[in-house]
Amino acid sequence: MTIQEFKDILFNGVWKQNTGLVQLLGMCPILAVSSSVVNGVSLGLATAVVMALSGAAIAPIRNLVPNEARIPVFILIIAVLVTVVQFSMNAYMYGLYVVLGIFIPLIVTNCIVLARIEAFASKNPPLQSALDGFAMGLGLTAVLAVLGGIREILGHGTLLSGIDLVFGDAAKSMVITVVPNYHGFLLAILPPGAFITLGMLIAGKNWLNLRAEQKLHGSNATIVPVNGGCAPATH
Amino acid sequence: MRRTMAKASLYTALNLLFFALIGTALLAITYQLTHGPIARSEEKEKLKLVTQIVPAGSFDNDIIKDTAQLPADELLGNDDTTIVYRGRLKGQPSIAVLQVIAPDGYSGKIGLIIAIHSDGRIGGVRVISDKETPGLGDYIEIAKSKWITGFDGKSLDNPQDSDWKVRKDGGSFDYMAGATISPRAVVKAVHKALQYFALHRDELFKQSPLTKNGTGQSEGEKK
Repeated sequence: MTIQEFKDILFNGVWKQNTGLVQLLGMCPILAVSSSVVNGVSLGLATAVVMALSGAAIAPIRNLVPNEARIPVFILIIAVLVTVVQFSMNAYMYGLYVVLGIFIPLIVTNCIVLARIEAFASKNPPLQSALDGFAMGLGLTAVLAVLGGIREILGHGTLLSGIDLVFGDAAKSMVITVVPNYHGFLLAILPPGAFITLGMLIAGKNWLNLRAEQKLHGSNATIVPVNGGCAPATH
Repeated sequence: MRRTMAKASLYTALNLLFFALIGTALLAITYQLTHGPIARSEEKEKLKLVTQIVPAGSFDNDIIKDTAQLPADELLGNDDTTIVYRGRLKGQPSIAVLQVIAPDGYSGKIGLIIAIHSDGRIGGVRVISDKETPGLGDYIEIAKSKWITGFDGKSLDNPQDSDWKVRKDGGSFDYMAGATISPRAVVKAVHKALQYFALHRDELFKQSPLTKNGTGQSEGEKK
């Protein structure tokens, strides 16, 4: 893998094809878990690990699996890896495991995992596939972190609450109270708040893209519409 | 033609079987490696909750292991058997931890654990599961507010029977404006638990401990 290839895959995953802002895949965890930074980042990283592992596991066997059996085999492998991650979190990060609850096993059904396997890992060598999965996961984590941060500040007036669930009780002092004696803003915590904030983030990214376009091509550049939906896309 | 199709199907089936076997083996290994730590962290979590509401020094036995099964009871609000943890000091019954359910929360059941001293005083109450509105009714959780500690030291005659209500209903327990239903449900459930304890105290401590530890968690604990 050349350095350029490495950079391309990373940039593609984290920014250009960002799962949360561009591909709009995996909305279910994005909306449900992004109520705080710690929750969002934790699920994002768990997804990134699963995506990297599944990329690395599926790419080497991509030529062994007959075409008609590939979806069940891929899902089987993803499910196994998710369960491994789930067991490990249950054993070593119990507090977080309880908080994330049902969303860990649901990583299996997160279409972004299968989408990247179909679009990338089934056509590329293991190293690149693992990197692609991880970069995509990192992009998702970044969106979840920003989304969680905004919702947490607006909703609770804090940042990093619940960090003790990851690093033990000693980390309780790392919680930042942004607005003291804040009374809370319910809309930000409930799912509609997630939709609205995500909409703003997507608008923000499109604006940045448009500005970059305009710098390159002059003022008559237009934005390319974003594709949504939950079908494995071909790129 | 037919033969090659059969061959292709067989190949596909074997392929699936092969990966299913590998997957199963991987899961079995992971389970073997993690089930010890998982059991330990669940035990630790339970102990943490129990020790939060059972004052240190009020027992000297292994309270987590000294359990008995309680049949479902209207006063406990449950329809399944639950586990009671029993603390003893120098062999004498000193404190019991009951798991109860408040069925009438704003969004369904609220699971609680309540520690009650043998003289009927409350050691502490904690919510172990609820679906109350985030930012509104969830101040009953210790993580959100100290409200729940208002029960510490209370008993059936302190306050008297008619005052076991939130202030809005003429009782003596605080609530926050805009969210009365959640605290009302908790106060009612705690009151009932005290009545249950008063009725069943002696038999509750007498029952022989369960041999299997940690089975039959209350319904409220399951997610």
